[in-house]
Amino acid sequence: MEAMNTSARPGQAAVRRKGWFAAHQWLILRRCSQFGILALFLTGPMFGIWIVKGNLSSSLTLGTLPLTDPYLLAQSLAAGIVPASTAFIGAAIVTLFYLLVGGRVFCAWVCPINPITDLAAWGRRWLGLKSGRTPDARTRYWLLAGTLVAAASTGTLAWEWLNPVSLAHRGLLFGMGAGLWLLATIFLYDLLVASRGWCGHLCPMGAFYGLLGRTALLRVATPRRAACNDCMDCFSVCPEPQVIRPALKGSASPVILSPNCTTCGRCIDVCGQQVFRLTHRFDQRSSS
Amino acid sequence: MGLASAAGGGCLLTLGAGLHAHQARALPGQALRPPGALAEADFLAACVRCGLCVRDCPYDTLKLAALGEPVPTGTPYFTARAIPCEMCEDIPCVKACPTGALDPRLTDIHQARMGLAVLIDHETCLNFLGLRCDVCYRVCPVIDQAITLEKLHNPRSDRHAMLLPTVHSEHCTGCGKCEAACVLPEAAIKVLPRKMAQGKLPEHYRKSWEEKAKHGGSLIGEQIELPVRGLEGQAHGKEHVPAPPPGGNGLDSRWKP
Repeated sequence: MEAMNTSARPGQAAVRRKGWFAAHQWLILRRCSQFGILALFLTGPMFGIWIVKGNLSSSLTLGTLPLTDPYLLAQSLAAGIVPASTAFIGAAIVTLFYLLVGGRVFCAWVCPINPITDLAAWGRRWLGLKSGRTPDARTRYWLLAGTLVAAASTGTLAWEWLNPVSLAHRGLLFGMGAGLWLLATIFLYDLLVASRGWCGHLCPMGAFYGLLGRTALLRVATPRRAACNDCMDCFSVCPEPQVIRPALKGSASPVILSPNCTTCGRCIDVCGQQVFRLTHRFDQRSSS
Repeated sequence: MGLASAAGGGCLLTLGAGLHAHQARALPGQALRPPGALAEADFLAACVRCGLCVRDCPYDTLKLAALGEPVPTGTPYFTARAIPCEMCEDIPCVKACPTGALDPRLTDIHQARMGLAVLIDHETCLNFLGLRCDVCYRVCPVIDQAITLEKLHNPRSDRHAMLLPTVHSEHCTGCGKCEAACVLPEAAIKVLPRKMAQGKLPEHYRKSWEEKAKHGGSLIGEQIELPVRGLEGQAHGKEHVPAPPPGGNGLDSRWKP
């Protein structure tokens, strides 16, 4: 799947057909979401305007709305602790949200690691790096199970000593320390060793949210798949390229149903033929 | 083949994280947990490292440990010498905790047990040198209970008293104000985690004088009176030999303040 003939400069046809802005609108929206969420946390410590307190692991918005990462709650429960009710309410709200919009929407729209691995993927395309050693994509499920086993056997949130997702966000808000080394490691790993190695193959948090979003309503579909001219630009930019083929090239549903689709919308951006659109999972329209 | 490598890779990373967790579990001596923190093992399972306690601390006492610090990554702690706990009456850090890692049953800050002050260096403490510093005693929020000044004869001058700051574990909250205020370049009084600071008597130990007082008399009847070795003919049973006159060497080790 990594050996597909993909373009080093995807999206040029889309820029010519639609203009630069329309060919980058989902990317811009996504960066606004990622940095906007960070900004909501940062106005407090930087300017004394408290909108969201805490971090992605658990937070309190405007002094009323508690949100807790259900993956962290799962680790706590595995470690043998039943946390206070606030954590359960917060985790229930987050779970409900991602059940509806798709678990890996977290990865593409919220996670602070995403800009780093996106940059690495961009650098890989730009440098034309094709070599490397990409682990099996199922490794993340083993690692997900492993983090829960580690929590149970050590009685602590063992994965949270290292979890780059929570560590990066916490570091940006409370001080990074040696966390920069870990982030640099992930960047170099994705750039030089494994294409989309961390987010697409290893991250147990991504695996967790992927499982959460199996039945999500919000999905990307290929209603104009008949217009596809096989330029491969969508495969080139997609962080999980294997999810596109069944919808784009199959004869069944035009909806990308794989829970590993992060709904980043980058395929919609770079497609000059306007094959893709964001829709709901029951949208079976497929015109040519 | 692919499945095996996926399983292998996942297990290897897990084992790495587990090993790291084991190694880094011990808390260093100068890192204190916020008020109401569960016992360390439970705390590390319950705390989700969100920093809400840090944000609601009005004195910026609490910090979250960054990766590479000796405190478990992301967990809250404070260093008494840097910024001690001000013992807020409403305990905002405990109220902010979403998981109960800081126990919400703690409603009276005087019941907090963040650590225990220990006058760890008798050689440099100014009061032990016979001076009247008293700063740790004066700043203690639980003055005259958590720290008292105990009067002792000063064997060096032989005419003054030493007023020794003495910590009482049943009242000390471990807030760290004494350590922060100690006037020495390196504090002579330090707040340590209770586990590190305290010894423990075996469960079955009974103190004879307490049992005697409780029962209004000896529980084992009259004792055989035996002569005191080295003082035969001088001391016997309940007779007391008068103490040697003052002006000697002070402590048995001949150490003098």
